[in-house]
Amino acid sequence: MADLFTGKYAAFIGPAYAITAATFAAMIWTSLAYARRWRKRTEEFNAAQAAAREPQA
Amino acid sequence: MIPAPAFLANPERFMAFSRWAAPMFGAIALLLAAVGLWLGFTAPDDYQQGATVKIMFIHVPAAWMSMFVYVCMGIASFLALVFRHALADAAAQAAAPLGAAFTALALITGSLWGRPMWGAWWVWDARLTSVLVLFLFYLAYMALRASLDDETKAARAGAILALVGLVNLPVVHWSVTWWNTLHQGASVFRKGGSTLAPVFLTPLLLMGLAYTSAFGALWLVRIRGEVWRKRAEAAALRAARA
Repeated sequence: MADLFTGKYAAFIGPAYAITAATFAAMIWTSLAYARRWRKRTEEFNAAQAAAREPQA
Repeated sequence: MIPAPAFLANPERFMAFSRWAAPMFGAIALLLAAVGLWLGFTAPDDYQQGATVKIMFIHVPAAWMSMFVYVCMGIASFLALVFRHALADAAAQAAAPLGAAFTALALITGSLWGRPMWGAWWVWDARLTSVLVLFLFYLAYMALRASLDDETKAARAGAILALVGLVNLPVVHWSVTWWNTLHQGASVFRKGGSTLAPVFLTPLLLMGLAYTSAFGALWLVRIRGEVWRKRAEAAALRAARA
């Protein structure tokens, strides 16, 4: 394990793991952000419609 | 007993199910990846490939997922096309970017493994080329859907393209058998059992399960996003008509 990132193949193993970690981070970030953005918009639309339906004081 | 697809075809039931299933799959993926990586990092170097065998634990599961996600996308597209179910279409649409990411990972990590072992970053052999074609199918699917404003037409065109792309999967799988390739043949799922030593096979299978579980979690989150988007658009339409 010690020579994993320092041995003669470190220039290939390190980037392979780094790119994999970055891709997973991007997949998680974009998936959560997409779901949250549309959930927020739906809630905003629903709140606006509910407010419009309420009788004027 | 209610069959699982029919049960999940109801958006309300799907949202209730995915609310707890997505984090559960995410937690399972983290646990499996932690154990798989630990076993992988502590495994001895291969007698031929040296330390580069460590790339196998992230490359091979990505390659498996590139095909598995496309199968999921194909089944969802078939259900969307035949039964016109909105949730099936959302599932197909949500799978595409994840499948593209896994395929890109398989190509990039394969290239980083191939350079020290083959002496080349890329060769136009049947396996590498057919996986590149698979990646292009994912990109074409996403581009086609994004290019059409009419949601119904986009869903139909996307589903047809996804089903056409299924033809490429047997080519990817059997490319190493049908042609002489620089890429090695199957060594895990093959007649007569795996040729890998248990010290490599165990972490590889754990990482494969971790990738599958991570895909399950992210797929559910993305389908939830699609359901919210459709609800937001429906609410906007109602507001515009009022």
